[in-house]
Order: sequence, then structure tokens, then C-alpha cells
Amino acid sequence: MSALTLIGGVLVGAGILLILLAAIGIVRFPDVLTRASAATKAAGLGVVLVLAGVAFLFGTLEAAVKLSLAVVLQFLTAPVSGHVIARAAYRSGSPLWEGTHTDELAVYERRAGRHTPGTTAGRRPR
Amino acid sequence: MNPLDLALAVLAAAFATSLIRAFRGPSVADRAVAADVGLFAVVAAIAILAVRAGSTAFIDVVLVATLLGFLATVAVSSLVRRPPS
Repeated sequence: MSALTLIGGVLVGAGILLILLAAIGIVRFPDVLTRASAATKAAGLGVVLVLAGVAFLFGTLEAAVKLSLAVVLQFLTAPVSGHVIARAAYRSGSPLWEGTHTDELAVYERRAGRHTPGTTAGRRPR
Repeated sequence: MNPLDLALAVLAAAFATSLIRAFRGPSVADRAVAADVGLFAVVAAIAILAVRAGSTAFIDVVLVATLLGFLATVAVSSLVRRPPS
């Protein structure tokens, strides 16, 4: 087993474990925003780790160039899509978890005359 | 047994788990997030299949799937609106 295979195997293993954790997270977390957080962070980094590990496993220049382009695109698009979906969910008034402590966005949304999600907990930042 | 097969099995488990939320999820945003995670699992599985098959042709599929997934999520987010009350 060469060093490249070892590094690639470790990276791929860490990546698939992160993706599995993200999938468990979106089933177990209580509201949309926490689920989007789990999906964006864990799954985004997981895919990046898997792609980097696959580049090591191939060990060729062609695979490395294409996979680094895919990694860059993943790093650019995963946070944006998570943010977009979370903002749409918040604006659509989906309920927050009842243990939500602080909702700083509610102040600005009310100032802009928009409706805010209907929880009684933690509406006002301190 | 090839260790990559074990990785593919773990990714299949992750995909099945994300399907639970896609079926159950109360709002459209929940389903979109679940579909996003499912797509990430599929993309990772395609990348591992490329190593398994020893062909770099699959890597182009990874590139296209990543970009299409981003576009799909942004498009679905404009369909998330207030449920009729």
C-alpha cells in the first residue's frame, strides 16, 4: 500500500462518515434551520473530503485537475445553497425550535415590515 | 472484499436516511435540504465508483451533478412560501 493510497483512503473514510452524520442530523434535528446547518456544513465538507481522497487514489494529473475544480465549485456553492434555503424557510414563517434562544433577524425583519416566524421564545436579542 | 465497497454501503445508508426526511419533512424546505444531502451522497458515490472502475470519465459526471444540484436548490428555494393557514 503506497502513501497515496493511504492518504486517499483516510480522506474518503472521513468524508463518507461526515455525509452519514449529515444524513442522521437532518433526521434528528428539530427545525429547518438546524437541519440546513447540518446538511450544509457536514455534507459540504464531506463531499470535498471524498473528492480530495479520490484525487489521491487516482494519482494522475487529469483526475487531480478535474477534481480540484469540483472541490472549488463545491466550496463556492454549498454555503450559498444552504443560506438560500434557510432564508426562504425563515421568510416563509416555518416554526423555529421552541428552545431557540436568540433570533436577531426578527428585529430587522419587523423593522422592514415583514412577518417573523411564530415562536414566543427568544424573539429579542439581548 | 474491496474497502471501497464498504464506503459505497455507508453512502447508501446515508442516502436512505436522507430519504426519511424527504418523505416526512413537514415543509418544502425540509424536503429540499434532504434532497441536497441525498445528492451529496450520490456525488460521493459516483466519485468512489470512478476509482472502483478505474475510469476518469465519471469525474465529469461529478462536476455536472454538483452544479446542477446547486441550481436545483436555488430554484426550489423560490418555491418555498408560507403554507396556507
